[in-house]
Amino acid sequence: MPLLAAEGVSHLGGYVFISSAMFVLGIFTMVTRRNAIYVLMGAELILNAAALNFVAFARHHGGGGGKGGALDGQMFAIFIIILAAAEAAVALGIVLQLYHHFPTIDVSKPDRLGD
Amino acid sequence: MEPFDSPFFQGATPGWFALAILLLPLGGFLFTAFTWKSDFTRKHGHVVPLATIGVALFCALAIFKHAVIDQEPAAAHAAAAEHGAKPAKEHGGGEKAAHEEAPADLGDHRPAWSSKEHGGVYALLSVGSLHIDAGITIDALTAAMLAVVCIVAFLVHLYSVGYMHGDPRFPRFFAFLQLFSFSMLGLVLTDNLLLLFCFWELVGVCSYFLIGFWFEQAEPPKASMKAFMTNRFGDVGFLLGILFAWGIFKTLDIHEIYGRLQHMVATHVETSLFGWGLGAALTVMGLLLFMGPMAKSAQVPLHVWLPDAMAGPTPVSALIHAATMVAAGVYMVGRVYFLFTPTVLGFIAIVGTITALVAATIGLVHNNIKKVLAYSTCSQLGYMMLSLGVGGYSAGLFHLYTHAFFKACLFLGAGSVIHAVHTEDMREMGGLKSKMPSTYRTFFVATLALAGVPFLSGAFSKEMIVEHAIQWGMSGTLAHWLPAIVAIFGGGLTFFYMLRLLYLTFYGTPRDHHKFEHAHESPSTMTIPLFVLGFLAIFSVDWLPIPLFRGMHVPEMLAPPPALASLAVGHAPHHGEESLLLAFIVLVVSVAVLVAGYRLYVRTYKQRNPGPDVWYARFGRLSTTVSRLYYFDEFYQATVVRFGGAVSRAFTRFDVRVVDGAVNGVASLGLALSSLWGTFDRVVVDGTVNFFWHATHFLSRRFRRLQTGNAQDYLAFAVGGIALVSLLFVFLS
Repeated sequence: MPLLAAEGVSHLGGYVFISSAMFVLGIFTMVTRRNAIYVLMGAELILNAAALNFVAFARHHGGGGGKGGALDGQMFAIFIIILAAAEAAVALGIVLQLYHHFPTIDVSKPDRLGD
Repeated sequence: MEPFDSPFFQGATPGWFALAILLLPLGGFLFTAFTWKSDFTRKHGHVVPLATIGVALFCALAIFKHAVIDQEPAAAHAAAAEHGAKPAKEHGGGEKAAHEEAPADLGDHRPAWSSKEHGGVYALLSVGSLHIDAGITIDALTAAMLAVVCIVAFLVHLYSVGYMHGDPRFPRFFAFLQLFSFSMLGLVLTDNLLLLFCFWELVGVCSYFLIGFWFEQAEPPKASMKAFMTNRFGDVGFLLGILFAWGIFKTLDIHEIYGRLQHMVATHVETSLFGWGLGAALTVMGLLLFMGPMAKSAQVPLHVWLPDAMAGPTPVSALIHAATMVAAGVYMVGRVYFLFTPTVLGFIAIVGTITALVAATIGLVHNNIKKVLAYSTCSQLGYMMLSLGVGGYSAGLFHLYTHAFFKACLFLGAGSVIHAVHTEDMREMGGLKSKMPSTYRTFFVATLALAGVPFLSGAFSKEMIVEHAIQWGMSGTLAHWLPAIVAIFGGGLTFFYMLRLLYLTFYGTPRDHHKFEHAHESPSTMTIPLFVLGFLAIFSVDWLPIPLFRGMHVPEMLAPPPALASLAVGHAPHHGEESLLLAFIVLVVSVAVLVAGYRLYVRTYKQRNPGPDVWYARFGRLSTTVSRLYYFDEFYQATVVRFGGAVSRAFTRFDVRVVDGAVNGVASLGLALSSLWGTFDRVVVDGTVNFFWHATHFLSRRFRRLQTGNAQDYLAFAVGGIALVSLLFVFLS
C-alpha cells in the first residue's frame, strides 16, 4: 500500500497513523521531558500532527488536488504553521524569562507564581 | 324607712351609719397595716384605730336609738301581740306592711331597716341559679349587738393603749383589733348566711392572730392553733347547714328564708330536701347549723379551745373571748332562731346545760385568774344557749348583752392585776385590794353582776333565764327540769368561784411579797374603761339614767320571732304566762342560792384563810377529775389528735409512696427518654455529620495529591482524562 496516493481515500489510514504517532510522541515529550526546550519541541510535534491531520482529511474529502475542491484543510495547516512559529517565539521568550528569573530551564523546578 | 327624726340626723339613713360602722374599722386596719413602719404609726399607732372605733361607736348608738328606742311602742305592741297570735295566717299583709311603720305585724318578722328595701344591694355572687346578694339589715337584735360590740371594742382599744404600751408590735396589735372589729360588725350587720359565714371565719382568723400575738412564747402559738382547729370542726357543720338551707329554701338571705318558710308552713309543704319531710330536713339543718355556734361559743364538748385562748393578750381575751366573738354563736342562734325545730332547741338546751355546769365546776378549782374567768365565760355562754334552747329567746340574748359588759370588765380588771404583778397565777397574788383600789372596786361590782346579785344587770337576765327554764320544766317530763336546776344552782357556783377568785387575788395576805411590793394601780387609760364597764354592769338595764336610753326595756325590744319551724313540725310553741308569782319565787330562790354560795365561801376561805389548794385536800379524786378539766384534753388527745395523726401519717405514706413515686417515675421516664434521644443524637445525627466530615477528609487527602504544582502533571492528567472520556465514548457507543 503506497504511502501517498495520488487521489482517493484509500491511504488515509497511513496519515492518521502517522499523525497519531506524532501526537502521542509530542504528548509524551511534553509530559516527560524536564527541559523546557524539549517541552516546546513536544508542542511543535502536536501542532504538526494536527496540521497533518487537517491536510490528510481535506485531501481525503476531495479538497485541493487540482480538481476545483476547497482548500480549507490546507489553509488550516498553513495557519497552524504560522501559529506555531508565533507560539515558538513567545514560548522561547518565556523560557528566556524563566531562565532569567530562575537560573534553570527545568520546568519542574519553578513552583511559585510571582516572586 | 324614715330618716332619723332629730335634726341632727336629718337626711341620714341608718344604712349610711351602718356602712360607716363597717368601713371605718376596715379603713383603720388598712391604714395601720400599711403604715406600721412609719414613725407616726409606730409611736401613735393607737390614734387612728381609736378614732375610727369611736366614730363607729357613735354611729352604733345612733342606730340603736333609731332601731330600738324610737320603735319601742311598735315593738312592745308586737311583743304583746305575739303571745296570742297565729303568725302563719298573718302572712298576707306582710309585704305591704313594709312601707308602713316598723315591725308592727309580728306575723311578718321584718327588720327595722334593710338595705334591700332601699336598693342598697350588692350582688356578691351569681352562678347559675345561685344568686347571693350582700345587704345590710338592721333590727333590734342587730342594733343592740352593734352597740355592745362598739362599746366594748372602743373601751378595749382605749385600755390597750395602756396595757400594750411598750410592746414592740404595738401598731400590729391595733391593726388586728381593727380587723376584728370590722369582721365582728360585719357579722352582725350582714343579712345572709353565706356572708355571715365569711365574717364568722374572719373573726375566727382574727382570734387566731390575736391569741398567737406573742408568738415568741411557747404557749400562744399552740393555743391559737387549737382554737383555730376546734373552730374548723364546728364550721364544717355550719357550712353543711348552710348548704342544707340552700337546698331547702333556694336562698341564703335570712329574711327571704323566713318568708319562704312561712309560705311552706302556710301551704303545708310535706316533702323537702332528699324527699324528707320538712320537719326532718329542718331538724338536720338546725343541728348542723348549731355546730358552728357550738365551737364558736365554746360549748361542751368543743369548749376546750377557750381556756387555752387566754394565752393571748388580756384585752383580746376581754374583747374577743368574753364579750363579742364567743357571743357571736349565741347571736347567730338568735338570728336564725325561727329555723330551729323543738328537737334542735332541746339539743341546744342540753348542750347549754352541760356547758353551764361543767365549766362552772372547773372554775372552782383553777388557779389561773384568766382561766377561771374563761371557764366562767364558758359557763355563762352555756346559760345563754340553755335559755335559747328552752324558749327564752329574749332572756338569752339579754344575758348576752349584760354579760358582755361585766365580763369585759372582769377581764380588763384581771388584765390590770396581771399588768401590776406580772403573773396570772393566783397563788402568787393576794392582798392586792389596798394596792389597786380602782381595779378592785370595778372588779367587785362586776363580780356581783356576774353572780346575779339582785338589782345589778346580771340578775335581770339571769332570773329571766331561770323563769324560762322553769316554765320549760313545767311543760315537759321530769328530765325537762334539768336546765332549771342547773340554772338555779349554777348561780351559787358562779358566786362561789368568783368570791374565791376575789379572795385569792384581792383579800387575805400577800403570798408573794416581792410581787406585792412592786404592784401598783394601772394608768388611767386602763382604769377609765374599767369604770365605764363597771357602770354599765350595774345600769345596762331598764333604768339607765342616760337620756338616750331612758325608758327602754331591752328584753321587750328583743321579741322572739314566730317559731315557724315548730309550726312546721306541728308543734305549737308554748308560751308561759307572765307570772309575777313565778318571778318572785325565782328571785327568792336565787337569793337563797347566792346566800348559800356566800356561806360556803365564808366557811371555806374567809374563816380559815387557807391556801389556794384547799380543794385538793377536801374532795380528793373528784377534785382531781375537775382540775384535769374532766379529761377533755386527754380524750381529744386519745381520739381526735391520735386519729388525725394516724390519718396524716397515712397521707404522708401516700404522699411519699404514690405521689412522690409518681413524680419520681415521671422523672426517671424523662431521664430514660432523654438518654435514648441523646443516643440517637450522638449516633444518628452526629454520625451523619461525622460521616460527611470523614468522607470529605478522606477524599480530600487523596485528591490533594493531584495538585502537584507541576504543569507537566496537569497536562498528563488532562490527556489521561481526555483519553478516558474517549475510551468511554468508544465503549458506550
